[in-house]
Amino acid sequence: MTRAIDIQGIRKAFGANAVLEQVDLSLEAGEVLALLGPNGAGKTTLVKILATLLRPSSGGGRVAGFDLLKEPERIRRQVGILGHGSYVYEDLTAQENLRFWATMAGLPADAGALRKALAAVDLEMVAGERARTFSSGMKRRLALARILLGAPRLLLLDEPYAGLDQQGKKWLEEVLLDFRGKGGAVLMATHSFGRGLSIADRVAILAGGRIVLNRPRASLDLEELHRLYALATDDDA
Amino acid sequence: MMFARRAWIVLWKDLLTERRSKESLNALFFFAVLLLFLFEFALGPDRERLTAALPGLLWLGFILAGLLGLGRTFLVERENDCWEGLLLTPGDKGAIYLGKLAVNFLLMAAVAIVLLGLFGIFYNVDLWASLAPLSIVIFLGTVGLASVGTLFGAMTSQVRARELLFPLLLLPVQVPVLLGTVKATEAVLQGLALAEVAHWLKLLAAADLVYLVVGILTFEFVLEA
Amino acid sequence: MTRWLGWLAALGLLAGLAMGFGYAPKDAVQGNVQRIMYVHVPSILTAYLAFALVLIASLGYLFTRRTGWDRLAHSAGEIGVVFTGLTLVSGSIWGKPTWGTWWTWDARLTSTAILFLIYVGYLLLRGMVDDQERGARYAAVVGILGAVNIPIVHFSVLWWRTLHQPPTILSPERAPVSASIGLALLVNGVAFALLFLYLLSKRLALRRLEEEIRA
Repeated sequence: MTRAIDIQGIRKAFGANAVLEQVDLSLEAGEVLALLGPNGAGKTTLVKILATLLRPSSGGGRVAGFDLLKEPERIRRQVGILGHGSYVYEDLTAQENLRFWATMAGLPADAGALRKALAAVDLEMVAGERARTFSSGMKRRLALARILLGAPRLLLLDEPYAGLDQQGKKWLEEVLLDFRGKGGAVLMATHSFGRGLSIADRVAILAGGRIVLNRPRASLDLEELHRLYALATDDDA
Repeated sequence: MMFARRAWIVLWKDLLTERRSKESLNALFFFAVLLLFLFEFALGPDRERLTAALPGLLWLGFILAGLLGLGRTFLVERENDCWEGLLLTPGDKGAIYLGKLAVNFLLMAAVAIVLLGLFGIFYNVDLWASLAPLSIVIFLGTVGLASVGTLFGAMTSQVRARELLFPLLLLPVQVPVLLGTVKATEAVLQGLALAEVAHWLKLLAAADLVYLVVGILTFEFVLEA
Repeated sequence: MTRWLGWLAALGLLAGLAMGFGYAPKDAVQGNVQRIMYVHVPSILTAYLAFALVLIASLGYLFTRRTGWDRLAHSAGEIGVVFTGLTLVSGSIWGKPTWGTWWTWDARLTSTAILFLIYVGYLLLRGMVDDQERGARYAAVVGILGAVNIPIVHFSVLWWRTLHQPPTILSPERAPVSASIGLALLVNGVAFALLFLYLLSKRLALRRLEEEIRA
């Protein structure tokens, strides 16, 4: 089994402002990684680079087994990203949204497949309603349905719990655990020590444009993690 | 095959959105009526003068409407970062360009027909006689405007001074299309055969083709975040 | 290298000036005014050279994503606009005594003016996009479209002015050019090309420095 993520020396600068200095990161298949870091640490930038939305200024590696720089098209077929945007068209219904994205990705878009995907995220009741009427939590679910439709091997989640209520958070965890159980890998970027940690196999901290810690979750208790986090982010300031 | 399906689904999605929001079309029709009145006020009620200037006014109005309408089609992609999603879809991005182009073409063709109809009614021009040749000219002109407009519209939708930059880029490039369509329309309205303006039609067709090819090939680079 | 180019260009321009005023004969009809041609024609040729370079560099950038190509495209675009402007101004000055007006919608003058506007838009675009990498990409697309559009603009404007029958070759009426005029033009053309290369290398060096300071 190839590694889900295996990148070295990623640097990304916007003009003169380097957001990521030197990021090395690896993630095995079937693992959930919680990527912690304060706001502005570059988590979103890193997620976007892994999703091939941004090109690194230098460095490289493999994502889902494919070369980050040379094979972005192949990576895109294997990776699902849930970022700040849900990629939901407000004037289309839930089902129409799925149909659009499935067709764009070259996946089967018959009514049966779409209904099944909507049922998996508990949206089959509102399949025919326009996304404009949805809460932000529902839009996230719809986004997740779109992602899972493509049967990705790696999920990149940027603050996945934002905008979800307690029930939604619990539900998301179940989905992620199920995904991991099938051999999928998850990278979850978050600035809070909230729920994400409980299902994480590994914890990494991004600060000052580098990964300053990457350890199995089991080897850390929460107190120690808080201490290390404070240390890492103070260093940065 | 996949290419055509993708292009089609983009068209389907945008037409559905437009039908539900009715944002662009209603505004553009209203804009066309406004233009008609403005031309009338600017040139006075002298019918002779208006008729002489008609082809120019028609296409000027058309291009002005295009400046408003063409830039808009990519704004819907900015909502919820759909733009990013399009970029991440595997495969040739030219399909997205073609789909968007088809949307813009239909939008602008509708505007052209309305504009033409209004001119016919208000200025008492007999359009029926020259309808067939006129529609060829409109087709060629609309493809020319929409093909560059789609490319530049995608580009400028990501730029701060969008409303400013879009016309600055589009208008000079569109000069050949404006010249060709105005000249051809003039001839057609005078009742001349299309063969008389064959060189203009060929030029328009060549321009359309060149713009289309450049658009399909370079769209990928415009879409990138 | 740059310095040598500069001296060569200066030398060439001096020689060109001498050829234009001393060696080439006075025009029988227009008189001395016609000598502005030795600036006018090399200017537009240099502008075309610059825009061709923009096209090549734009393609180069899109394929390789090397900032070097982008710097080249940007610099060539700027210089091209300057020389197009020079063409328009010299054309106007030439037009006043010969046609009796500063501006006329002559086919070549008009298409040059459109060229000017297209590439001014190209430069404006670069100024308006915040992200440098994105600006480079967009500019490359406009640079390519602008260049392939040149022949289309050329013919459309030509037919627009000549009303009827399209001419068969690029330039409709070319009067036979006498050998001495041709030689004077050639010297000036080479001098302008050298000047272009000098300005280009200067601008490239400056742009590199700008980027170093920003980084």
